[in-house]
Amino acid sequence: MSALILIELNGSDVSANTRAAITAALNLSDSLDALVLTNDASNASSVSALAGINTVKMIVDDALEHANVEVASRLIADVMNDYSFLVAGSSTFSKNILPRVGALLDVQPISDVCEIKSKNTFVRPLYAGNVMATVETSDETIVMTVRATAFEHSGDGGSASVETISASMPSANSEFISLQESVSERPELTTAERIVSGGRGLGSKENFALIEQLADKLDAAIGASRAAVDAGFISNDYQVGQTGKVVAPKLYLAVGISGAIQHLAGMKDSQVIVVINNDPDAPMSRMADLVWQVDLFDALNELNAYQV
Amino acid sequence: MKIIIPVKRVLDPYTQARVNKQTQQVDLTNAKMAMNPFCEIAVEEALTLKESGSASETIAVSIGTDKTVDTLRTALAMGVDRAIFIKTDSELDLQPLHVAKILANIIKREEAELVIMGKQAVDNDNNQTGQMLSGLIDYSLGTFISKFDLSDDASSVEIGREIDSGIETRKLNLPAIVTVDLRLNEPRYASLPNIMKARSKPLETIELSSLGIDTSPRIKILSVEESGTKDRASKQVSSAEELFTELNQMGVL
Amino acid sequence: MERESIEYDVVIVGGGPSGLASACKLKQLNPNLSVCLLEKGSEIGSHILSGAVFEPKTLFDLFPEDAKDCPSLKTPVAKDDLFWLTGENKSIKVPSWLMPKSLHNKGNYIISLGELCQWISEKAMELGVDIFPGFPAQNYLKDESGRVIGISTGDMGIDKEGNQKGTFTPGMDILAKQTIFAEGARGHLGKQLIREFNLDEGKTPQHFAIGFKEIWEVENDNHSPGDVVHTMGWPLNEGTTGGGFLYHFDNKKVAVGLIVDLNYTNPSHSPFQEFQQFKRHPKIKEFLESGKRVSYGARAITKGGINSLVKMDFNGGMIVGCDAGTLNPSKIKGSHCALQSGILAAEYIHKILNEEICDFDDLFKGSSLYQELYKSRNFSAAMHKFGFYLGAAYNFIESNIFRNALPFTIKDEQKDCDSLNLNNPLYAKEYPAPDNVLSFDITSSLFLSGTNHEEDQPVHLKLTDPSIPLTRNKELFDEPAQRYCPAGVYEIIDKEGEEYFQINAQNCLHCKTCDIKDPSQNINWTPPEGGGGPNYIGM
Repeated sequence: MSALILIELNGSDVSANTRAAITAALNLSDSLDALVLTNDASNASSVSALAGINTVKMIVDDALEHANVEVASRLIADVMNDYSFLVAGSSTFSKNILPRVGALLDVQPISDVCEIKSKNTFVRPLYAGNVMATVETSDETIVMTVRATAFEHSGDGGSASVETISASMPSANSEFISLQESVSERPELTTAERIVSGGRGLGSKENFALIEQLADKLDAAIGASRAAVDAGFISNDYQVGQTGKVVAPKLYLAVGISGAIQHLAGMKDSQVIVVINNDPDAPMSRMADLVWQVDLFDALNELNAYQV
Repeated sequence: MKIIIPVKRVLDPYTQARVNKQTQQVDLTNAKMAMNPFCEIAVEEALTLKESGSASETIAVSIGTDKTVDTLRTALAMGVDRAIFIKTDSELDLQPLHVAKILANIIKREEAELVIMGKQAVDNDNNQTGQMLSGLIDYSLGTFISKFDLSDDASSVEIGREIDSGIETRKLNLPAIVTVDLRLNEPRYASLPNIMKARSKPLETIELSSLGIDTSPRIKILSVEESGTKDRASKQVSSAEELFTELNQMGVL
Repeated sequence: MERESIEYDVVIVGGGPSGLASACKLKQLNPNLSVCLLEKGSEIGSHILSGAVFEPKTLFDLFPEDAKDCPSLKTPVAKDDLFWLTGENKSIKVPSWLMPKSLHNKGNYIISLGELCQWISEKAMELGVDIFPGFPAQNYLKDESGRVIGISTGDMGIDKEGNQKGTFTPGMDILAKQTIFAEGARGHLGKQLIREFNLDEGKTPQHFAIGFKEIWEVENDNHSPGDVVHTMGWPLNEGTTGGGFLYHFDNKKVAVGLIVDLNYTNPSHSPFQEFQQFKRHPKIKEFLESGKRVSYGARAITKGGINSLVKMDFNGGMIVGCDAGTLNPSKIKGSHCALQSGILAAEYIHKILNEEICDFDDLFKGSSLYQELYKSRNFSAAMHKFGFYLGAAYNFIESNIFRNALPFTIKDEQKDCDSLNLNNPLYAKEYPAPDNVLSFDITSSLFLSGTNHEEDQPVHLKLTDPSIPLTRNKELFDEPAQRYCPAGVYEIIDKEGEEYFQINAQNCLHCKTCDIKDPSQNINWTPPEGGGGPNYIGM
């Protein structure tokens, strides 16, 4: 009953969501192996250092630099003969590949697992997270992606053995052309670990600059309520809420947001919610872990001046 | 080039999903249903290709009970040429693997060279069907696309994929399946005159049972619960120092 | 892109009970007629809100075979209580013999009017009616002679500033031999037609109320399907009339609501807050406690009765249901009247399309609808004119002792928009903060209405004079729109020391209260892009 972790690398680093996948997989099996598809064998060192991994299986080929999904899914499906579980962290990398692996294995994969109830019973979100479903699978091989925010990120400290698998590369009918990495001075809103979000309470576009200043200080993304967008303080791209972007960062710091329900629907799953507002009755305050009831500008000036 | 656009009827994304405690399922009785928004984007892209002369025919496909026809009529009203309705007897719990198998059957029958579909349906949020379909019929696959440029000879397509680290550009040889992301286009309205005209467009009904596909569920939903907005035990702070201290202790900085 | 046009024999504006009844009756009378029905809601029923206790007889008149299978008729009224709420915690049960006759509900059903409309719309489609939800009629069309010849639908894909977006789609003209307007209370076309064709000539001004409704899922043992509770009194007081209701549905669902007459006098009065307070009364709380609120909505009600009922026929069409004002105020029921008026309109139109000579007034006066409305002619006016206590006493005496046979008619000539009075002793009314158990704020309530509008479109609530909210209305009444709107659409906001009037048009519930109550009659409700508005389910 061993489990295989599909490793996602950022350069030569193991991604945070992969680390969450390892924690999740330890609930399924005591015996975890990792699979790395790469063009560069030196990436093995970061993987073999992961805690909890027995063996790192490597497939190294130049064709795997920007692996084609048809190739990757075929290679993974072939390795899966020896495993009962295939686990990866939820990301565009895994969501691209794993369902195709599932089809090749005639298995129905399970997306975005948030909780493991037993070896075949899992909790996953439906309807943009508004509903949580407990699902039971009858497949003998289980393929799943897990939410990086729902599991601890496992650390290093392991010393897994590395085994290189020689596999012939399946033919590909698509090719990589280029990658335009998003260059943003600030983290992207939907994937940011921290978000500083401003509402209409800020009063003007100029005052919104204080939000930007605080966001830079915390290495956070900027968000806004619909009211702030409607008032023209910031463009609609930054709108958090049911009609904007749905976010679930580690820290959501809301400044001058009353908490219209459309907004709450977009950020309620944030791990820690801080509300800075001068209105103690604002609905937002009920959602907060920490509330600072204060004049917004005093608070922002104090926060921006504070030496962390 | 024939294009197939699978479309799904889902709970309108602007209405709130409610759980029926007795059945332990999301309650869709009398609920407002709509075409999955990602499917609308897929339809729009297919129509653009048809209008530019690149596609010979656009065909919408959907699976479900009789009400599903409404969604296909919407696709017809937006402008697709014809529709195929795979009829199920009751609200079968079809999962992406089943749907992919059914679509594979239709695509082979129609000999379609391009499949444009939503990256996920906003009800079950699986984000799987397109990928699985590509595994079953071995078409090349481009997921989460925000750019679609067909080559002049229509033998390949250059796509932009919205991935976590940025935009990846790839070239897919046809036949291919692409799953579309939000930023690809803005879908058109189904205008009233076109809704009227859509009533006389061809819609073929195929009984699911006639396809001989095993639809026994692989996954069973044991229970569901609304996650809702939960009140939290708010702690008051009164200075920047106090706030930063708390946040440090919580490990979120 | 050019505007297209199409012709039907009859086009109907509005998919509520009156419009749907017209559509069905027309096709029953002549299956060869081409009949088209437009509904601004994204689906039939999504903009329908009503209590509702329903008198089923007209439904059986319309569908003698099928009505018995109508799934809406599953909860017959079992028990019928009326309480006079004399204070925050106090109440007196009004004995059955003292209840106005019109409030007895034996033989009636507790229904969701939205679900009933969905069912009737299925019947209409079976009969061959073309139903198009998601398309509001923007304007009515006239020929050179001034005859109404159909309607036009609005353009779609227009941005905030009025420019065409990439998705621009022009509206369409739908021409018809006869056009039936069935938009419900204060329809925006009905309003124009009444003015243009003087349909209210010789009538007392129309009176309205705003009705709030929530659906709760309850767990407690007090739930008893079929039970009906009506209340009068608290929290409404002198200067404000209205009443509350609580209906026990099956499936552990309860509908609770408050109807507040829009002739209230106190500018600081907030009907929404009154409704939230109402639920805290022990007589209501006992049924809601430990329950969960699942829906919220509000809608204006036309309640002037026959004194205000406009002339229903005009050159080229008809105006029916609450659009015309057919609700029976003594029963606080409008659904069966709406159905009847729709049927009458269909019968009339069928005749004139066959070139038979027929006078609508004769047809109407011979109808049971007219009999019913005539009997209750004094109910609302008495309440308005004499205040709550005397009005209630009058209504009791008239309906229970004189059996509505008194030979005179009471009229109330004051318009609802003119009733605000700064000298009200309760001016500067304040309301307790929501407890989030029984009472809630507007934003969380609004979420449960499912209301939604495409963001980038022109504001559909038009001010004739944009300066009035911050001048006349602010100075005289502290802009009451901030309080009468059940959706928080109107706000005066202080932006760096300067006030501006914010219209959150996206929140709009299409209740029409602003169009009715604005003391300067400066707000014009117009239809937003098709499909916008609430998404009521089972309301």
